[in-house]
Amino acid sequence: MIKFLLKGLIRDKSRSRLPVIVVAIGVTLTVFLHAYITGFMGDMIEINARFSTGHVKVMTRAYADNSQQIPNDLALVGVSAIMEKLGSQFPDIEWSPRIQFGGLIDAPDENGETRSQGPAMGMGVDLLSKGSAEPGRLNLSKSLVRGELPDMPGEALLSDELSLKLRVNPGDRVTLISSTMYGGMSINNFIVSGTLAMGHEALDRGTIIADIEDIRSALNMEDAAGEITGFFKTGFYNNELAINEAEKYNKSQNDGENDFAPVMKSLSNQGAMGAYVNMADVWADYISLVFILAMSLVLWNAGLLGGLRRYGEVGIRLAMGEVKGHVYRSMIIESVMIGIAGSVIGTIFGLFFSWILQKYGLDLSDMMKGSSMMIPDTVRARITPVDYYIGFFPGILSTVIGTMLSGIGIYKRQTARLFKELEA
Amino acid sequence: MIFITSVCLLTSIAAQDADEILKRVEKNMSSDNRIFESSMIIHGSRTSRTITSRSYSVGDKQSFTEYLSPAREQGTKMLKLENQLWIYSPSTDRTIQISGHMLRQSVMGSDLSYEDMMDDRKITEVYSARVTGKEMVEGRNALILELTAKVSDVAYYSRMMWIDSERYVPLREELFARGGQLLKRSTLSEVKQIDGRWFPTKIVYKDMLKQGKGTEFIINSVKFNQKIPDYIFTKAALKQ
Repeated sequence: MIKFLLKGLIRDKSRSRLPVIVVAIGVTLTVFLHAYITGFMGDMIEINARFSTGHVKVMTRAYADNSQQIPNDLALVGVSAIMEKLGSQFPDIEWSPRIQFGGLIDAPDENGETRSQGPAMGMGVDLLSKGSAEPGRLNLSKSLVRGELPDMPGEALLSDELSLKLRVNPGDRVTLISSTMYGGMSINNFIVSGTLAMGHEALDRGTIIADIEDIRSALNMEDAAGEITGFFKTGFYNNELAINEAEKYNKSQNDGENDFAPVMKSLSNQGAMGAYVNMADVWADYISLVFILAMSLVLWNAGLLGGLRRYGEVGIRLAMGEVKGHVYRSMIIESVMIGIAGSVIGTIFGLFFSWILQKYGLDLSDMMKGSSMMIPDTVRARITPVDYYIGFFPGILSTVIGTMLSGIGIYKRQTARLFKELEA
Repeated sequence: MIFITSVCLLTSIAAQDADEILKRVEKNMSSDNRIFESSMIIHGSRTSRTITSRSYSVGDKQSFTEYLSPAREQGTKMLKLENQLWIYSPSTDRTIQISGHMLRQSVMGSDLSYEDMMDDRKITEVYSARVTGKEMVEGRNALILELTAKVSDVAYYSRMMWIDSERYVPLREELFARGGQLLKRSTLSEVKQIDGRWFPTKIVYKDMLKQGKGTEFIINSVKFNQKIPDYIFTKAALKQ
């Protein structure tokens, strides 16, 4: 019977083409929207990961306990050895040492005396190593307002707002006054290579970014780093994996209660990020659910209309003596076939469009100019395993339910009235 | 009434005694000028570092310090004139004035802050003192003085001092915030008689809010009432 019904659907395009197209469009939209929401929510997490938390982060136990204060006196030492070990233990994660610090930027006048001064938050990252992913991760090229990225030691980037406040231009010399790892005062000169607008008020107010080796030298932190950030090579944060990797690493450390032993924390285990990760998951599910329900109503309606459209055909089949239950069952089986076909096609198209948005992204940087929020300027979708099956729920269920409802009328029709209807 | 009058009288006598004690302490500790070389051993939470320096001072208002070692700090100079403080860094050839919140920063990572160095007023001008008891400190009889700020612009609202009752040299000091929290503790020892005065040559400072085991400040040599050229206390001397 299935083969018979399938042939009927293929030969009678009026019964299959439009319903399959409607289901396919609905499923495409469902899959695409789910991937988009997952990607957008993930991007908000990613931007925090790139600037602050990493997907995972290795710090000393004491530093992790006071990380809000950026206590560089509690920083990791022997970072090269730790990096080597991390690289071999976690080959799917890219590791980058970073130093965060606070200080004053002092701009001298022509006599070398202080002309202007302003507080700044600083970051020492790997800017000068060949092939370093850090400039891209921090989106430095796109954030440049004036000048260029540092290409030699002793150069630094300043936030544009701070540079204007200090009346400093690319090429000018500024002095960073900060604290060494041992708490002493550190005074170091930098040449401003360029200025940045990061799109985040806190960062734009006062930031200095320099190569980590310069900052190590300035803060007396040879082979030391406040933190080693790790990023999954897939480019996406995976909370479950991050938690597992952190647990695995921490178990492999046998340093007892040593405050200076390295400890790994997943993104969701740092500050308020855990709550945000959970909230992002819940909201992604919630928004997807609302859309799926709406799409189900549309497809249910399509199934309902498809059934009603065949009112005459059903009448003739009943008049010819076909049993009501047989007609009803055959219509449901047909709707299942249409649902499956539409869902498969829709899922393929949905995944295709999602893949394009995942790979190339949608550049909204022009719209983001002047934004004080730390939100991504390129919107990307993210394909997750759920996207492979999520479209089948509205695609099959709604079509079948719609057909089932419209088919109830079959049982209510009387043979005597059928002939009158057919005569009319 | 008699009881209240007696209490007031006794308090007044105690205050007078305390002021007298502090004046005798200042006589030992202050001088018209001095030149000394010192080692500062900073016991951090991980390692200890030793920084040596040579200092020149005239009264409490002017001082000039040049750091001699280690190599990273060598050539760094500090100049204090009245209530202004400059630091010169040879690696950057910059002279930076330390002001505002920077004064709260630690000196070379020690348990001393620049603010501690800046307060050059006589202790009797800033605090009301009273004797509260006696105690043995490191085998010496000590008078305990409680000092409470009588001006508002002080870094520490109150202090407790243990003064050697025979030599009039402080043996221990505790500094408190207005809320009563202990902020810093210093222990003075190795008291020697130099040029007719008793003078402690080792001070251990401990910032109670900081990790680590404190900072030892050891005076290797000290000369009082020397001739110090005026140019030492100029900004030009920083770059020389």
